[in-house]
Amino acid sequence: MEIQQFKYDNKIVKYFIIATVIFGLVGMLVGLLIATQLFLPELNLGLQYTTFGRIRPLHTNAVIFAFVGNAMFAGVYYSMQRLLKTRMFSDMLSWIHFWGWQLIIVAAAITLPLGITTSKEYAELEWPIDIAITLIWVVFGINMIGTILKRRERHMYVAIWFYIATFVTVAVLHVVNSFEMPVTLFKSYSWYAGVQDALVQWWYGHNAVAFFLTTPFLGLMYYFLPKAANRPVYSYKLSIIHFWSLIFIYIWAGPHHLLYTSLPNWAQSLGVVFSVMLIAPSWGGMLNGLLTLRGAWDRVREDPVLKFMVVAVTAYGMSTLEGPLLSIKNVNAIAHFTDWIIAHVHIGGLGWNGFLIFGILYWLIPRMWGTKLWSTKLANVHFWLGTLGIIVYALPMYAAGVTQSLMWKDFNAEGFLEYPNFLETVTQIIPMYMMRAIGGLLYLVGAIMMTYNLVKTAKQGSFMANEDAEAPALEKKNIIGGYWHNRLERKPVFFTVLVLVAILIGGIVEMVPTFLIKSNVPTIASVEPYTPLELHGRDLYIREGCVSCHSQMVRPFRSETVRYNGEYSKAGEFVYDHPFLWGSKRTGPDLHRIGGKYNHAWHYQHMLDPTITSPGSIMPPYPWLYTQTINLDKTAGKINALRKVGVPYERGYETTANEDLMQQAREIASGLSADGFDTPPEAEIVAMIAYLQRLGTDIKVSPTAQR
Amino acid sequence: MFKHYFEQVNNVAIWPIISLTIFFVFFLGLVIYVTRIRKDYIKHMEDLPLRDGIDEQNSFTNKIKNS
Repeated sequence: MEIQQFKYDNKIVKYFIIATVIFGLVGMLVGLLIATQLFLPELNLGLQYTTFGRIRPLHTNAVIFAFVGNAMFAGVYYSMQRLLKTRMFSDMLSWIHFWGWQLIIVAAAITLPLGITTSKEYAELEWPIDIAITLIWVVFGINMIGTILKRRERHMYVAIWFYIATFVTVAVLHVVNSFEMPVTLFKSYSWYAGVQDALVQWWYGHNAVAFFLTTPFLGLMYYFLPKAANRPVYSYKLSIIHFWSLIFIYIWAGPHHLLYTSLPNWAQSLGVVFSVMLIAPSWGGMLNGLLTLRGAWDRVREDPVLKFMVVAVTAYGMSTLEGPLLSIKNVNAIAHFTDWIIAHVHIGGLGWNGFLIFGILYWLIPRMWGTKLWSTKLANVHFWLGTLGIIVYALPMYAAGVTQSLMWKDFNAEGFLEYPNFLETVTQIIPMYMMRAIGGLLYLVGAIMMTYNLVKTAKQGSFMANEDAEAPALEKKNIIGGYWHNRLERKPVFFTVLVLVAILIGGIVEMVPTFLIKSNVPTIASVEPYTPLELHGRDLYIREGCVSCHSQMVRPFRSETVRYNGEYSKAGEFVYDHPFLWGSKRTGPDLHRIGGKYNHAWHYQHMLDPTITSPGSIMPPYPWLYTQTINLDKTAGKINALRKVGVPYERGYETTANEDLMQQAREIASGLSADGFDTPPEAEIVAMIAYLQRLGTDIKVSPTAQR
Repeated sequence: MFKHYFEQVNNVAIWPIISLTIFFVFFLGLVIYVTRIRKDYIKHMEDLPLRDGIDEQNSFTNKIKNS
C-alpha cells in the first residue's frame, strides 16, 4: 500500500487558539462588569452603551460564540486532521472561516452596545449578521465534510460524529430561529409572534446549549481526554449509544424553558419527559469520560491537564443532572426566573466548557510549540483559583435563587404577601451578588495566569506551522461487510443525513402542531395591535434590553396573580408580539400587568432615577431617554414590516400613523406636564411610557375570549 | 401566514407517542447492534486518537474485506 506524505495545518489551530484566549478574557471581563453592576449600578459609567441591558448580551455572545466557539474550532481543526489522517480540505476555506467568524464577533461587539438587537437570547444579532453567520457556518461545514471525504482513515471516530451533529443542528437551529422581517438595515421583527416565537426561540436557545456548548465539547472530550490520559476511551460501545440517544433526545427538551407559561400544556409535558430522559445519555457520556481515567488516577494528582478535564467532566455530570431536575414542573416553579438558573448555566459554562478548554490549551500548546509547559506550578494555581472561583460564584447564586423565590411566594397568616414590595426580595440577596462577583474575579485572574503561562510556553518553544505526517492512501474500493454502523461510518454524507433526520423529528413534532392548530393559541377578541407610539416604545424596550431583567409572563400561581395585580398571562395576549418578550430572569418585577398600575409621572421619575420611586433599587437610570427623540420616519417601515408578518394594520395606515402617534404622545406629555414634568412629545421616554402603560391592559377592557 | 393554513389536526397527543415509539425502537436496535459488535473493530476505533503518526490503520478494514 502506498504511503502518502502530507502536512497537518497547525497555523489555523494557532490562530483559533489566540482568538479563544483573547475573546475569553474579554467575555469574562464583561461578565465581571455586569455582575458588579448588579450591586453598583453606577459602574455603567453613566453611558447607555455600557448599561446592563445592552452588555449582558455582549457577555453571553462573547463567551458562547467567541470564547467557546473559537475553542471549538481550534479543537475540531486539530483533532479532525489527525483522526482522518489528512490536512483540512481547503486552506482557503479554513481562513475564510477564521476571519469571517472574527468579523462577526467584532460586528456583535459593536452592534450590541449600540442597542441593535433582536432581543432573542443568544440570537440577538440583527439580520445582516445572521446572514453572515449562515455563510460562514456553511464554509465551516463544507471544509469539514470535504475533509471527511478526502480522509485516509476509513472509519470516522466518535468525535467526528459529534462534530457533524454540531454542524448540521446549529445550521438548522440558526436558520429557523432567525426568520425575521427587515425594517431597516439594523432592525427587524421576528417572523413568529408570541407563543410560537417563544417555542421557536427556546427550541433554539436550549439546543444552542446542546449543540454549541455540549456536542462539540463531547467530541473534543472523546479526542483530548484519551490523548491526555494516554489510554483509549473507556467504552466505545457506550459512546455509540451515547451519541445517538443524546442527539435524538436533546432536541425535544426546549419547552422546559417555558413551563407554566402560555405555551400549550402538551408541549410543556413533552419537554419535561424528554428533559428527564436526557439524564441517561448525558451521564453515559460523563461516565465514559471519567472511567477513561481508570488506572490513571495517580496521574490526575500531578498533571494539571487531567485535573482540569476531570473537573470539567464532573461539572458536565452535575449540570446535566441538575438540568433535568430543573425541568420537573414543581422544581421549575421555584427555580425559574431566579439566580438558581444563573448558577446552573455557570456550572456548565465555567466548569464544563471553560475547564475543558483550559485543559486542552495546556495540553495543546506545549505540543504545537514542541516544548514543555512553562510552569506546571502556575497551571496548578490556575486550577485551584478557577475551581474556587466556580464555587464562590455558584453557591451564593443557589442561595440567592432559593431565598428570593421563597420570598416571592411567602404569604402571611392573614393571606397577604409577606414581601409585597419586589425590591425587598432584591436587597435581601445583594450580598450574594457581591460574592458572585468575587467568584467571577477569581476565575478571571486564573485565566489571566493561564494566558501568561501559555505565552511563556510558546516563547520558549518553536512553532511548526505545518507538521509532517504520513499515512497509507485510502483505497477507493467498495468494502462490503461489517455491521450497519461500521458501514455508516464509511459513508459520511449518509451519516450526516441520518443525523439531520434524528434532530428534525423532535423539532417538527414540537413545532408543527403549535403552528398549525388554531386551538393551541386561543384568540382574544379585545387584543389589538400596538399603536404606532407604543410600537416605538416597544422597540426602545428591546433596544435597552429591559427583557434581561424583566419578564412579561405572569405564571398561574396565586403568588404571582396577587403580586402582579391581575390575571395570569394568556397565549392570546401575545399574538401581535413580534418578537415575544417573556424574558427568562426576574432581577426586577414582572411587567406584563404594569399597564395602568402607576401614573405617567411615576414612570417618568422612575426611569430618570429609579431610586426616587424605589429607594435601594439596583436598576440603572436611563437619562438618555429624556434627551433623545424617536425617529418618526421609521414609523411607516415598522407598520409595513409588521403587516407582512401578519399584524392586521389596515392598508395605507402607515401614511397616517404618525398623526395617531403624535396625538397619543401629546396626551401623555400634557399629562406629565400637569404633574410638573415638561417633556417634548417626541422624547423617547414618552414612547416608553406609552408602551408600558399598554402592557397587559387589553384583556381588562372586555374579557371575552373566543376559541 | 402559514399558521393559518391548517385549522385542525386531530389527536395532537398521537405525535409525541409516535416519536417516543420511534426513539424506543431505534434505541433497542442500537443496543442490540452494540452488543454484537466485533471486538477487533472496537479496538481499532478506540485506538484512533492515540495513533497520530504511521500505523497499521485500515487493518480492520482489510480484515473484514478478507473475511
